[in-house]
Amino acid sequence: MSAVTDPDPDCPGSDPARKRRAHGMLKLYYGINEEGKPGEKCDPLDPCDINGARFEPEVYLNKLRKDSSLAELMDQETGMVKQIRSLDSDMQTLVYENYNKFISATDTIRKMKNDFKKMEDEMDCLAANMAAITEFSARISGTLQGQHQQITKLSGVHTLLRKLQFLFELPSRLNQCVAMEAFPQAVTYYTKARSVLHQYQNMPSFQGIQNDCQNIMAQLAQKLREKFSDGVSSSSELSECVELLLRLDEPAEELCDKFLSHAQCRLEEELAGLEAELGAGPHQQTLPTASSSSTDILEFIDKGCNNFVSSLCLVIASYQELFITSVPGMSVSTRLQDGELASRDVPRMASGKLVEFVDGLCGRYFSVVEQRIREEKGVGDNSLLVRALDRFHRRLQAVSKVLPGSGVPARGTEIVVGAARGRVQQYLAGLKSFYLDSLTDVRQALSAPRLPGKEAPSLAEVLGGLSSAVLTQVKSVLAYMHLFTAKDVSFASKAYFKGEFCSQAVREGLVVGFIQFICQSSQQFCESVGERGAPSTPPSLLLLLSRLCLDYESSTISYILTLADEQFLGQDQSPLTPVSVLCAQAREVAQRLLNHYVKLQGLIVSQMLRKSVETRDWINTIEPAMCAMKRVVEDTTAIGVQVGLLYEEGVRKAQSSDSSKRTFSVYSSRQQPRYAPSYTPSLSDALVCRPQRSMDTNLLSNIQKLFSERIDIFSTVEFNKVSVLTGIIKISLKTLLECVRLRSFGRFGLQQIQVDCHYLQLYLWRFVSDENVVHSLLDEIVGSAAHRCLDPAPMEQSVIEVICERG
Amino acid sequence: MEDDAPVIYGLEFQARALTAQTAETESIRFLVGTQSLKYDNQIHIVDFDDENNIINKNVLLHQVGEIWHLSASPADKSVLTTCYSKTSDSKVVTCAAVWRMPKELESGNHESPDDSSSNPQTLELLCHLDNTAHGNMACVLWEPMGDGKRLVSLADNYVQLWDLQGSSNKAVISSSATLEGKGQLKLTSGRWSPHHNCTQVATANDTAIRGWDIRSMSQIYCIENAHGQLVRDLDFNPNKQYYLASCGDDCKVKFWDVRNINEPVKSLEDHSHWVWSVRYNQSHDQLVLTGSSDSRVILSNMVSISSEPFGHLVDEDDLSDQEDNPQEDRRKEPLQDSIIATYEEHEDSVYAVEWSSADPWLFASLSYDGRLVINRVPRALKYQILL
Repeated sequence: MSAVTDPDPDCPGSDPARKRRAHGMLKLYYGINEEGKPGEKCDPLDPCDINGARFEPEVYLNKLRKDSSLAELMDQETGMVKQIRSLDSDMQTLVYENYNKFISATDTIRKMKNDFKKMEDEMDCLAANMAAITEFSARISGTLQGQHQQITKLSGVHTLLRKLQFLFELPSRLNQCVAMEAFPQAVTYYTKARSVLHQYQNMPSFQGIQNDCQNIMAQLAQKLREKFSDGVSSSSELSECVELLLRLDEPAEELCDKFLSHAQCRLEEELAGLEAELGAGPHQQTLPTASSSSTDILEFIDKGCNNFVSSLCLVIASYQELFITSVPGMSVSTRLQDGELASRDVPRMASGKLVEFVDGLCGRYFSVVEQRIREEKGVGDNSLLVRALDRFHRRLQAVSKVLPGSGVPARGTEIVVGAARGRVQQYLAGLKSFYLDSLTDVRQALSAPRLPGKEAPSLAEVLGGLSSAVLTQVKSVLAYMHLFTAKDVSFASKAYFKGEFCSQAVREGLVVGFIQFICQSSQQFCESVGERGAPSTPPSLLLLLSRLCLDYESSTISYILTLADEQFLGQDQSPLTPVSVLCAQAREVAQRLLNHYVKLQGLIVSQMLRKSVETRDWINTIEPAMCAMKRVVEDTTAIGVQVGLLYEEGVRKAQSSDSSKRTFSVYSSRQQPRYAPSYTPSLSDALVCRPQRSMDTNLLSNIQKLFSERIDIFSTVEFNKVSVLTGIIKISLKTLLECVRLRSFGRFGLQQIQVDCHYLQLYLWRFVSDENVVHSLLDEIVGSAAHRCLDPAPMEQSVIEVICERG
Repeated sequence: MEDDAPVIYGLEFQARALTAQTAETESIRFLVGTQSLKYDNQIHIVDFDDENNIINKNVLLHQVGEIWHLSASPADKSVLTTCYSKTSDSKVVTCAAVWRMPKELESGNHESPDDSSSNPQTLELLCHLDNTAHGNMACVLWEPMGDGKRLVSLADNYVQLWDLQGSSNKAVISSSATLEGKGQLKLTSGRWSPHHNCTQVATANDTAIRGWDIRSMSQIYCIENAHGQLVRDLDFNPNKQYYLASCGDDCKVKFWDVRNINEPVKSLEDHSHWVWSVRYNQSHDQLVLTGSSDSRVILSNMVSISSEPFGHLVDEDDLSDQEDNPQEDRRKEPLQDSIIATYEEHEDSVYAVEWSSADPWLFASLSYDGRLVINRVPRALKYQILL
């Protein structure tokens, strides 16, 4: 079309306007009313618009002729021709383009026209057929109307018959099932039929069936029960049995009982196994070598856990599944017979039974375990025991998970606690016996005859050995006890192990108990010795124990207690024995032991002196040529050496610290002025003043006594060598005095006493803290001897000195 | 209430032997025997005037030797025995004899001390207990509450029963027992039990205590190792027939029930040296007196093992006995055993203590230096016991 418009550029309305015009014509043709184009100047109603609908060629032509010049007319005419030509060509193109379509459309329409005609025929035929069918059908329904109801009824009868057949066949089928041991199938059949049979049981035939069925089912139930109780079937089979029986409305209680009793059989077998093992233990011990071959406790507990406890858990679980959780579903069927109340009580009853059952068996198990634990008597490493207890305790937690309300875990904890307590006691006993054994060893070492070539171990060494052995033992025991409270042990977090175990059992019971035992057993040496013919303790043992207790007082007790407190940090608030009390106790014991040592040694020396005084005939003795007191001085020196090994020297009064006194000459010359007035005058009085009344001498000695302090013979000594020896010497000299007073002396007897006393004075002063004590006692001895002398003629001092010097 | 101060009497000689005049129940009188090798030994008759706190003494010469043991006849105030030692042929032997003191002295006279000391009288020898074959006499015991005719003597390892015949001037051994055993056994001390019709005697040798039935002269019990060391003295509880006190060189005083000889009923260790003498109070057996060579005398209240463990239970008889106890306070709870008092008046070893036979609250103790001390039970305790 553009080709048409292009050659017409000067026409009014220009090219777009023409285009619009053509468009509008097509629109008009298709009935689309293009309205309201504001820019459109041309009025559609304008009769001069060539494209308008009201175009009137006459008007247009007239107008054209009136308005236009020739040229314009000419132009108009050419333009018009051109437009017509282009319109023609457009028309031609359009026609050409749509011609083929028209052709095929025409063809199609023609073909359709033919087909439709054919179809119309067939439709007519169909309609005829349908009419025939309708007619037939109506006729058939009409004829079959009566029979239809019969058929329905027949088919109903058929199903009923089938059911009846099922019922009639039921006994045989059940028999078959029983024969094939397809118990679940049989039970399913029976439960299906049961309600029907129950409903129609008043009819004789059904009653017969029901009776048959019931008989068969009774047999079946019997079989199930037999199976249930024959003891060889597995637990899954068992639970199947139980389930079936429950479905057969067996009373749940009875089943619970049976189930439990069956389980009990198996569990008891296991328990019996454990017990047999337990029984085998002591039995084997009677054989000499078999003590090691019995299974250790860990193995035993393991076995118990794996067999008994896990089976128990299994039983509990399956029981709960069967009787407690599944019973509400069951109750639908039971409700029919037993009513609601009975069924509701089943879980409670069942769980009650279960708890009783578990408690009973566990009680037995626990007693076995307890017995086994009790057999665990060794005082060595107890890690096995702790591990076994741990495992035992842990496994019981599993039971508590399965059976929350049970008292079993609590009992288990009690057993563990009991075992721990027992252990503490065993260790205490072990420590005690260890200590006593060590003491026996020490005793043997001390009293063993000295081999000539071999140096006996010194007291200090023995003491060191003893105390370190005891300490090591205490430490190792503490370490063993510590296992009980280790973090990875399951029961360590229990309140008992946190509190009471630490403070009461270990600290008080074990450590303090042991320390007190040491004190007490040491104290026993003080009491038993020398009395009622008890075997006498070697004095050196007393000395050693005294030192041991003193060491305990000064350091060991606080060390051990600190060790224990560190390891066992108890959270218990119960009162603990303070260190000071124990120390005081130890010190007191040390003091008593030392006092007893002094007494005993004094006694030994005393006995020697007494024998020598009592056996000698002092009236008829010969002139003294040597002193008889060498033994005494030797023994005292030996005691001094012994004491010196363990105790410090101690303080001596200043006046005797001069070492030059050791030599006899110096000693006598220095002592002479002080020494002379002490007894020589009283003696010479007694001799010189013979004609006078003896009262003077008494007076003199009494006055002398007034100024000297009273000497306590058996008195408490201090913890040093000087004090100990002073005590021993005091006892010995006092004995000598008393013995002398019981004898009568001849001249030489008195002189012998003089020599002996001088000798003692010469050698004993250096052992004592205050030599005045020795002097005054010796003075009294010589004075008493002078009084008891029939012919008092004292020896010259110089002669005495010479004799003593000679030895 | 203030207690009276002790009364001290000094002898010129050393002394070991002390006894109360057993037959005398009116006045307080003690006999003391001296030990001297050089001078004539004496027996001092010490009268104590309780009201005036004065001592009167009479001295009897005992010229045969130094006196180791004295005992007074329970029946005759004037009769006593001594064990004495005499030296012959450079040998010392100990003998025993029965003596009678002069009539005028037997019930005490009131001569001035000066007179008696200037003019000592002599004992009249009744008879010797002749035992030269049987060693040294350790002590002589009169039959308690007897008629003064029977004696037991202990000599070395012999226990001998004597009968005094006539007017006590002849002594005959009626029976005798011998201590058998290892070594040389030597009886040191003994007591005649006042119970069982006076048929039992206890003796001590070394560490053992033995009981004898004098009818058969056989041993009835033996407490071996009664003390750790030598047993020095014994006494019977006057009210409890099986109870016996002993003391010894282990510084201990022990109380025994002779029916159970394995363990002492009680053991005291209050002295710091050998205990030489132990005496029950004859009326109040909770009061026990001990003397020791630590120069101390200790009065103990052993109420828990006495015949009146719950204090004094007053009954009709007791009420009539005691003139001044209107109060009736009862103490039913057991009283505590305790030391009542420690007497430190002595300077030397105390070898003998004795209760007075006349006044149950008074006792005497004798130390080796010749000092006799007369003491009383503290008044507070006396009233506590009486009321």
